[in-house]
Amino acid sequence: MEFRRGPTLARRSFLAHAGLVTLGAGASTLVPGRALAAATQPGDVGVIQTALALEHEGIAAYQIAGKSGLLSPGTLKLALVFLGHHQAHRDSLAKLVADAGGKPVEPKTDAQYIEELQLGSLKTEGDVVALATKLERGAASAYIGQIAALSEPKLARLFASISADEAVHWTTLNNAAGTPIPTSAYLFG
Amino acid sequence: MFSHPPSHAWIMLLATSLAQLFCAGNAAAVDPITEGRTLYENKCGGCHSVETNRVGPHHRGVVGRRIASVPDYDYSPALKQLSGVWTPARLDLWLSGTQKLAPGSKMYLALDDADQRQLIIDYLQSISGPGGSK
Repeated sequence: MEFRRGPTLARRSFLAHAGLVTLGAGASTLVPGRALAAATQPGDVGVIQTALALEHEGIAAYQIAGKSGLLSPGTLKLALVFLGHHQAHRDSLAKLVADAGGKPVEPKTDAQYIEELQLGSLKTEGDVVALATKLERGAASAYIGQIAALSEPKLARLFASISADEAVHWTTLNNAAGTPIPTSAYLFG
Repeated sequence: MFSHPPSHAWIMLLATSLAQLFCAGNAAAVDPITEGRTLYENKCGGCHSVETNRVGPHHRGVVGRRIASVPDYDYSPALKQLSGVWTPARLDLWLSGTQKLAPGSKMYLALDDADQRQLIIDYLQSISGPGGSK
């Protein structure tokens, strides 16, 4: 796949450097311990399930985009880091549901995600970055929106932590795309 | 203070300048549908799309649509129990607190800002009217 010169090269370089900085961040992702799992209230399980569905979608998007051949090595490297973050979020959330006696929501098929996210229409690395930017912003906001529905403060902290991860993803991708940061405050939520 | 009454030319100049300022202000203003779309993408876009079902159902044609009626979307029992259609007033209630309107539904959102709710609903109407519905 041929990419545009100039801005695209700058984006690649930016993403490659960003990748070097964020490599290994997945290892420090907050993993809920038994105390938090034991404290999960039945009413909170539904909120976690919705968040888990969101993580499944993010994982599929990065996995499918990663295999598309559209991403340059630097961008792919970063996509894999973000994928690792989403997998860690998924594992934390699924464990909470299971420990609370629930059945964690399952991912859909790749074919469903391709249709739902219209991944077939992506033609360039820029298209992939634009979609990922949009999804990450929506995810960061969704977590903030869900926090108010949680009854357990430690769960709220976990959701805030995940939202911050998504915000970092959004910021990195948004800068890579060369899109100005919005001038008004409260970017998410 | 004018030592003489202002001339007709001065009055015309002042009026023209004020008119230009007014027009410039209007040009800079973001139209409500665009503002609503931005809000929609930020606050709803994590789970919803206009054209396709995702974590939540698609929104093309949502205003005026029977509740829990999108084909191939797995609604919660809580939402299936609601009757009627999505009117702007119903959507306002929904966005004010989804769990208050349908406890146990899959969506968890309480948007306190009435102006933001209205902008989002205006946008949803814009994709639901004639030519907007599927």
